[in-house]
Amino acid sequence: MVKFGNQERHDYDVIAGWVSEGARVLDLGCGDGELLLHLASTRQARGYGIERDPAHVINCLSHRINVLQSDLEQGLAGFKDGEFDYVIMSLSLQAVHNTEGILAEMLRVGREAVVSFPNFGYWRHRVSINEGHMPVSDSLPHQWYNTPNVRFFTMADFEQLCEQRGIVVLERAAFDEDRAIDIDPNNYASVALYRLGRKAD
Amino acid sequence: MTTHSHSVGVVTPQCAHFDEPLPLRSGSSLPAYDLVYETYGTLNAERSNAVLVCHALSGSHHVAGTYAGQAKSTGWWDNLVGPGRPLDTNKFFVIGINNLGGCFGSTGPRSTNPATGKPWGSAFPFVTVEDWVDSHARLMDRLGIQQLAAVLGGSLGGMQALAWTLRYPERVRHGMIIAAAPKLSTENIAFNEVARQAILTDPEFHNGDYYEHGVVPTRGLRLARMLGHITYLSDDAMADKFGRKLRHGEHRYHFDVEFEIESYLRYQGDKFAGFFDANTYLLTTKALDYFDPAYAFEGDLEAALAAARAKFFIASFSTDWRFSPARSRELVFALLHNGRDVSYAEIESDAGHDSFLLDDPTYHAAMRAYFQNIEV
Repeated sequence: MVKFGNQERHDYDVIAGWVSEGARVLDLGCGDGELLLHLASTRQARGYGIERDPAHVINCLSHRINVLQSDLEQGLAGFKDGEFDYVIMSLSLQAVHNTEGILAEMLRVGREAVVSFPNFGYWRHRVSINEGHMPVSDSLPHQWYNTPNVRFFTMADFEQLCEQRGIVVLERAAFDEDRAIDIDPNNYASVALYRLGRKAD
Repeated sequence: MTTHSHSVGVVTPQCAHFDEPLPLRSGSSLPAYDLVYETYGTLNAERSNAVLVCHALSGSHHVAGTYAGQAKSTGWWDNLVGPGRPLDTNKFFVIGINNLGGCFGSTGPRSTNPATGKPWGSAFPFVTVEDWVDSHARLMDRLGIQQLAAVLGGSLGGMQALAWTLRYPERVRHGMIIAAAPKLSTENIAFNEVARQAILTDPEFHNGDYYEHGVVPTRGLRLARMLGHITYLSDDAMADKFGRKLRHGEHRYHFDVEFEIESYLRYQGDKFAGFFDANTYLLTTKALDYFDPAYAFEGDLEAALAAARAKFFIASFSTDWRFSPARSRELVFALLHNGRDVSYAEIESDAGHDSFLLDDPTYHAAMRAYFQNIEV
């Protein structure tokens, strides 16, 4: 398992397993650049991160990560079609308003896209709602009034959107904490990861 | 982090004379010339820690430190350069050069034309960003510096940093381009033209040969600077600083200073006209206008930047409308399409174009982080 600071990011190992050797990657919402560092050291991948927060941008510079300060809500205009092997968005999709738009852009700019997000269908979240409160957990650490998340969706919702928009799920992984979930992940997984492609024309 | 940082202290400019003619883009050439420069820090044994800082329109070789016995002689980018500062002179050997055509010691329109024994004046040839870079490279040869760790500049200085990475790709490891653009916008050229017309139509301009008449076109230069100052600030910054504040607290119905902004602009204009050379102003604005590396590539910036081998750091400021973030992003994407390593910081600031000279904490932290990772 990969550990950064006191945060365990098992999703990074899954992503590294999906990314091919020497790939050209774009990481949307790259934070301090840990995933890019991980992909550089494990897969010799190289690329760029996009990050909005100035403190993260400075940390990326300290980590010698190529970082472009930009707001993802502005989309990926400026990037060319197929400019990257993978466009990755780790645990940020739920914080972007224009979900549909950014997914389409990821698959325009990237040959493939990799996304991970907290699964709002996770059974503990369902219990919480049943008890009358919005869920707060390791994967959803914020209160409803201060969460940066703006889109609340389940794995089933996401797969439905992919289906409707001609996005092909190439691979899927789901976890409860660090435990891989194979059976009924929409119920038992707190975090989901997808490797996505475009439907062949 | 900045508690132990301080100024480089008292500095002394040096002068290098060159006898080999410098061919210029215009087709003309300079037969011989002087370059005035300053250095801070120590060149290491490997000669691998040199950073060239290029100046903008009104700047000079005096980047950092002060002159002995001269009050208010602090260098124009002193807040960035010094021991413990983001461009740390404990690590780097920093060089500032006054560009050719300048008025601070390097050969310019005020210098004596060897052919006539009189000031060059209107006969001084047009110099471009690329010409400056060629002259810089000759000084680097003279100093025994084969490769620069970084070339850094803001505004017009950033254009020189970019030109360095294209003309001498193997001689620059990092290009650091702040508040600049791959070329001026139409609006920018328009502002420059108004500034030039102010000078050119000043009755004391005498076609650029005013030195012989013992006069200076101060009115034109003053107007040019006043106009420039408006464009270097943001609307918000001006409103915050001056608002509609009245000098006398009431409307007096005359053309003397009433609003504080008028006082500020007049002061800045007068100050500038008192020391800057009008011909230098004209030549420098033309160098700005001409700069366009994509020009030779039918406007294809990506093709123009294919020659670069450096890694890049680009920064812009949110309220800079003279060199807006969008212009820096053009540069970023053209470099990215070429597969260059590039990082880009878009700094929130209310100070407009002038932001690049200020010590905004986020801006300086980003610069510090980038410089710390430059290997020497």
